[in-house]
Amino acid sequence: MIDLLLNTILPIVLKILLIVIPLMIAVAYLTYAERKVIGYIQLRIGPNRVGPRGWLQPIADAVKLMFKEVIFPKKSNLYLFVVAPVLAIAPALAAWAVMPFDSDLILADIDAGLLYILAITSMGVYGVIVAGWASNSRYAFLGAMRSAAQVVSYEIAMGFALVGVLIAAGSLNLGEIVLGQQGGIWHWYFVPLFPLFVIYFLSGVAETNRAPFDVAEGESEIVAGFHVEYSGMAFAIFFLAEYADMILISMLASVLFMGGWLSPFEGTVLNFAFSWVPGLVWLLLKTSFFLFLYLWFRATFPRYRYDQIMRLGWKVFIPVTLVWLVVVSTAQVMDIGPWFTEASDLTSTSQISQPIEKVNNS
Amino acid sequence: MEQIIFYCFSALLLFSATMVITVRNPVRAALFLVLAFFTSAGIWLLLEAEFLALTLVLVYVGAVMVLFLFVVMMLDINLTSLQEGFTRYLPLGILVAALITIEMLAVLGAAHFGLDIVPLPAPQPDDYSNTRAIGLMLYTTYVYPFEIAAVILTVAIVAAITLTLRENKSRKAQVVSDQIKVRAEDRLRIVKMDAVRKETEL
Repeated sequence: MIDLLLNTILPIVLKILLIVIPLMIAVAYLTYAERKVIGYIQLRIGPNRVGPRGWLQPIADAVKLMFKEVIFPKKSNLYLFVVAPVLAIAPALAAWAVMPFDSDLILADIDAGLLYILAITSMGVYGVIVAGWASNSRYAFLGAMRSAAQVVSYEIAMGFALVGVLIAAGSLNLGEIVLGQQGGIWHWYFVPLFPLFVIYFLSGVAETNRAPFDVAEGESEIVAGFHVEYSGMAFAIFFLAEYADMILISMLASVLFMGGWLSPFEGTVLNFAFSWVPGLVWLLLKTSFFLFLYLWFRATFPRYRYDQIMRLGWKVFIPVTLVWLVVVSTAQVMDIGPWFTEASDLTSTSQISQPIEKVNNS
Repeated sequence: MEQIIFYCFSALLLFSATMVITVRNPVRAALFLVLAFFTSAGIWLLLEAEFLALTLVLVYVGAVMVLFLFVVMMLDINLTSLQEGFTRYLPLGILVAALITIEMLAVLGAAHFGLDIVPLPAPQPDDYSNTRAIGLMLYTTYVYPFEIAAVILTVAIVAAITLTLRENKSRKAQVVSDQIKVRAEDRLRIVKMDAVRKETEL
């Protein structure tokens, strides 16, 4: 028993800590980056009081939240009120288990990684719904209802975008999807799957309830939406979950469409000059780019009206993904290069595509 | 080790399934149903059916139950009115319950299970992909049932939409193209006028 503990469970726990602790630090400094970036976009300085240039602001915020009193509304459903933050943070952290940080830097290299991510992130909405319902407050309930409808709608478009990726890569394994994009920046899937790439990221913004799709919070309409009754650490956990989800979506967008840990200079003269850079650095740079987009959106766009969100999701995103799926499937069967070549085929599709090739040759 | 996990999941599954039908609050019952789906997905994972397990979570937990909760939360269910007919319908209820129990015992009784009848599936090799196995089965051996199921589902969608869509003349629909096409001149007239009135008018 002790042998089992030392040899299997302990290394896994250590690896989990190696993912979760940097993630928490990243969340803390993402809030700092958000305030700074939005500050400069609005010609302000942003936080600059705590520590040099405000560097210690996130730590001060965390300490403040920890010492704040958690208030339990008297008429709330107490059990669900406490469970809701857990339901929000657990999927946001569990999804990181299959994230490939480098060619062999991965906690659980499972076969159906993409499906796992999709299934686990779809659980995140329960935190919001349960919080809104258990609070027994009109504003919180409105936020929960809006969030439920929005997340279910955008999940469909997001799922179809991911189906496009898995047709192109011929695998559900995230590592194999990255390896399918080898060979320089024009081999990355954002080129052949451009509409799916855009739809994936925008649906990701909607799934994480971030501006301009943040009607679940909508501070000018329903105060703070689903977490209006939460304070102190209970609120902080929702906050952590939201930002961890943002980082997750950004990193997934880099893995699925921007070549993950692959260097952008592959196949060019510069490849040699940059070969010393570890793959993790490229992945983090790409992730930071998407995170910056999140902040940029928030500072730029006004909030969508609710019916416009629904229209965009159902009448624009889903039809576009459906059409592009047909395009991708055709390209895959006809072996249109450089993306949909034999190397990226499933065994079964290559069998189908061979007769077509023969016709072309003759 | 696997057995311990199996028994944990099974106990949790039985507990949550019992709670679904005994708990009074419909929202909590729906949440227990979510837990039941989740634990049964865990049991499927133990059987190396990872595609089915993850699809169960994705479809039922991630989409169906969210919509279900959405509806249950919106309904204002009055518990006292629900309990009114309890004694009146009790004999019928007992009869139906007994029938279902006998049927279930006949089909799913202990005689049909056990290691001698359903042996433990042999562990698959490392490169075995459950997703590929299901895909090959669905698109070769079972392609007609699969497509017929798809057609039936499509018919169901069309039927559900036509049944619920009532043309209501008083309904106000927004025409988005009109909203986008609108210019400031259509809504607003800007009049040029002097800041000060002329002396003759005074």
